[in-house]
Amino acid sequence: MSAAQIELRGIERVFRLGDSEVHALRHLDVSIAPGEYVAVMGPSGSGKSTLLNLLGLLDRPDAGVYLLEGRDVTTLSPEEQARVRSERIGFVFQSFHLVPRLTAAENIALPMMLAGIPPRERADRVARALKDYGLENRAGHRPDQLSGGQRQRVAIARATIMRPAVILADEPTGNLDRATGEEVIRLLEQLNGGGVTVIIVTHDPVLGGHARRQLLMEDGALRHDSALEGAAQ
Amino acid sequence: MRAPDLIRFARDAATGSPLRTSLLVLAVAIGVAAVVVLTALGDGARRYVVNEFSSIGSNLVIVLPGRSETGGFNPANAITSTPRDLTVEDARALLRGTAIRRLAPLAIGTSEISVGGKLREVIVAGTTSQFIEVRRLSLAQGRFLSDEDWGRGSAETVIGAKIRDELFGSEPALGKLVRIGDRRCRIIGVLAASGQGLGMNSDELVIVPVALAQAMFNSNTLFRILVEARNREAIPAAKAQAEEILKLRHDGELDVTVITQDGVLATFDRLLGVLTLGVAGIAAISMAVAGILVMNVMLVSVAQRTAEIGLLKALGATGSTIRMAFLAEATMLSLAGAVVGFVLGQAGAALIRHLYPTFPAYPPTWAVLAGLVTALASGILFGVAPARRAAALDPVQALSKR
Ligand SMILES: Nc1ncnc2c1ncn2[C@@H]1O[C@H](COP(=O)(O)OP(=O)(O)OP(=O)(O)O)[C@@H](O)[C@H]1O
Ligand SMILES: [Mg+2]
Repeated sequence: MSAAQIELRGIERVFRLGDSEVHALRHLDVSIAPGEYVAVMGPSGSGKSTLLNLLGLLDRPDAGVYLLEGRDVTTLSPEEQARVRSERIGFVFQSFHLVPRLTAAENIALPMMLAGIPPRERADRVARALKDYGLENRAGHRPDQLSGGQRQRVAIARATIMRPAVILADEPTGNLDRATGEEVIRLLEQLNGGGVTVIIVTHDPVLGGHARRQLLMEDGALRHDSALEGAAQ
Repeated sequence: MRAPDLIRFARDAATGSPLRTSLLVLAVAIGVAAVVVLTALGDGARRYVVNEFSSIGSNLVIVLPGRSETGGFNPANAITSTPRDLTVEDARALLRGTAIRRLAPLAIGTSEISVGGKLREVIVAGTTSQFIEVRRLSLAQGRFLSDEDWGRGSAETVIGAKIRDELFGSEPALGKLVRIGDRRCRIIGVLAASGQGLGMNSDELVIVPVALAQAMFNSNTLFRILVEARNREAIPAAKAQAEEILKLRHDGELDVTVITQDGVLATFDRLLGVLTLGVAGIAAISMAVAGILVMNVMLVSVAQRTAEIGLLKALGATGSTIRMAFLAEATMLSLAGAVVGFVLGQAGAALIRHLYPTFPAYPPTWAVLAGLVTALASGILFGVAPARRAAALDPVQALSKR
């Protein structure tokens, strides 16, 4: 097996609420190779979002090791983690998370602006992204002037504008109708076709079935991994 | 993040919520405008008083007969209860004082002036040629009293602007003969109109040589001796010399009072300076209040934009970038407030000057600078806490907030 892009070993995540403890993730071992297309599924509260936040370095595990491209990223300083997020990871959210006062083009350019990329290059890349995602004549529109599908396309354009190695999408179709949702999934699959690792959290078994690999979570643990079919019981 | 991007981002964030932004800018602006207007009033009052005094002659030392101070038991006073009069000879003796540049004896009385059937009562001032310099008066026409022997008393007079208007109207006054009391005098000069002043109004004055005035009033005493010191620093010396010379002439008894304009002026100057400072202090408090407002509004802004902050972190923003963005916004708001307040304040001061042209309501530079700096500093200072709070937000929780 080729070197894993993402490797989780013995990951634990415990939330403490007063006296009670919630084991959001318990002893998780997962390894994902570059360019994989993974669907994370499972009932509500099973720890899917927690896993994704951890993979995106928005959260730290209480125990275990997370190697991203061979590097232990759990021990990095917040500044270094921000840099990894900026350069290697793209997020797509269920509720889009566009900045309401910025136009579609400005929202797409936001990660580049935060990374300090010169305006000239930003403009070029945004123009290309707008074209790729069919948003050319929506460039100057604010999020509230866009449809749900358009908003999610803007969000995907934003997630890919820094050319990340991994796209993390937490229920990207949750707020969209079936047709629009499938369109969004197609976009993500296209990205995956270009070599980007895509990890999608979804409740929809049909959409999850698209993925080449399914992870089934239950109560914070990995119940089933389609890559290990036959190997484990 | 590049500086221009940071500034643009902060500006967009500020203009994104116009009500919040305009309220904040207004709060800071009111503080700065208050500093500018109030110090303009305070310093204007100070300047007004100083100007009025220096128009009388700020290096002036005035000698008046009698001892006005009650300085405990004085054996000399106990012996001679009636003080000696001031005379023209006393004035002449003062010319010896090295700290004294020039002086003018002054005898005052009321009399009537008449010409061509017109008659009015006037205050007659008997003095000498240097009176015009000592009192800083200027002439509209002709010349001032001639520099003759003080005892001579030529029949000439210099009249105030208002007297001229009343007696002669549009006709020429220069060279005309007038009757003052029982004397006939030739008008050799007319004083320039001075308007209302703090001191004696020279517009209604009739000036004659001191000897002539004393003859008119049948007395040889003086009302005052006006002494001009060589310069501001020489004022105390001039006062001391005047006292010494007159004490010597009055058989060792100091039976005159010597007052300096400067002492009065300095007191006023100090008093009004303190007043301005106090007023500035009160206005500065309003700025601190504005600063606290900046903090609270920015905290509300952080709370409202929690999801956005979470997003920025997810997109790779470091804590310091987020801190800078919020600090830049607070700085921008207080800067805008300071500028608006400065303009409002200057407009207010200009309005006061327009309404009261004689009142020099200019805000002192130190106060304007202090106002601007305080506004900026308090905005930035009070912007730190919200900015830190924003930077410290947990991205997962921030993102889940909607
Ligand atoms: N910040 C938190 N504090 C306390 N408990 C938390 C926190 N975040 C998650 N949890 C708990 O951890 C468990 C896993 O949550 P998580 O959001 O990962 O579930 P999920 O699989 O994404 O569910 P859903 O499908 O509803 O989104 C849940 O029991 C949840 O209540
Ligand atoms: Mg979830």
